[in-house]
Amino acid sequence: MSDIRADEHGTGEAGFGDFVALLKPRVMSLVVFTALVGIAVAPGAVHPMVAFASLLFIALGAGASGALNMWWDSDIDTIMRRTRRRPVPQGRVAPGEALGLGLALSGLSVVMLGLAANWAAAGLLAFTIFFYVVIYSMWLKRTTPQNIVIGGAAGAFPPMVGWVAVTGGIALEPVLMFALIFMWTPPHFWALALFMRDAQGRDDYGRAGVPMLTVTHGRRVTRAHLLAYTLALVPVALGAGITAIGGPLYMAVALVMNALFVLGAVRIWRRDEAAAAADDFAVEKRFFRFSLLYLFAHFGAFLAEAMLAPLGFGGW
Amino acid sequence: MALGRDHELHRRRGGRNTGVALALGALIVVIFGLTVAKVERGEPLEAYDHSFRPSLMEYAE
Repeated sequence: MSDIRADEHGTGEAGFGDFVALLKPRVMSLVVFTALVGIAVAPGAVHPMVAFASLLFIALGAGASGALNMWWDSDIDTIMRRTRRRPVPQGRVAPGEALGLGLALSGLSVVMLGLAANWAAAGLLAFTIFFYVVIYSMWLKRTTPQNIVIGGAAGAFPPMVGWVAVTGGIALEPVLMFALIFMWTPPHFWALALFMRDAQGRDDYGRAGVPMLTVTHGRRVTRAHLLAYTLALVPVALGAGITAIGGPLYMAVALVMNALFVLGAVRIWRRDEAAAAADDFAVEKRFFRFSLLYLFAHFGAFLAEAMLAPLGFGGW
Repeated sequence: MALGRDHELHRRRGGRNTGVALALGALIVVIFGLTVAKVERGEPLEAYDHSFRPSLMEYAE
């Protein structure tokens, strides 16, 4: 028992929950849901156990990239209010442990997805991990204000991986599901960037030296970009509805959701900083929360169309 | 500071060990389930095993 690093608070000895936190369970839940939809709407059938295992290993791959991201970003995670309670900045998990866990789970998830489903899906999962860790975290995040625009692709791959796990190939529908998340990511994160400030009103990303649009081009430009990307998202969301994975239900959901999303973006665009500060960024926070519902509703509608199809209702 | 057996560090370490054991157990169950699923889906498995079996002979036309 002499190897225990003991102090009054017991810090430095991670619990199992700390390692789970390294996998970013909240992000993972979104990955699981969108990948599940990718699997469910894909044409063809796989054994339920293969589908379950594919979903599990896609989620594990996402968790692995989360752990690698926490290893690489531990310096700026310490600075930002949003991230300073993560296990590595708190000192409960050493950066090397996060790296080891991330690498091990990356290898395990890719190999197991290859064995469970097919090697095309495994390759795509490996590319997703590479994209998130190397292209986004190591390269783009700290060098360009377009970081989350391009980096958003990493979060957009899971439904495509799920589709490929079932079919073994790419089609228009998974590309549109990818595009939906890809175009949704900038408004989602820019809304977050607008209200993430410390008690002195300083931008969270600015203090960490991350060149978010709010830092490099100002908040006025960010509001305009948020609106522009929201408008560009609409044709993607509606376009997906006229493919084989869409249907009347999806179109109804998409029409309502996109109308409300554009309305929220216009409200954000029209506000000035004084008005935003006066109500503690209420509109921006509401838009951010709604963006989560927006994505959930679209993919939920895809899923509903697929579930209704055997009953003769789903699809066109 | 005396370290009792029930110190918080022991609890955390115990929890971590239990978590890892459960995760590994779950992985084994998943791999076993996958194996069963793949074997079920495949054709009947029969191959050369050092003894003569007529069912493996090709039928003469």
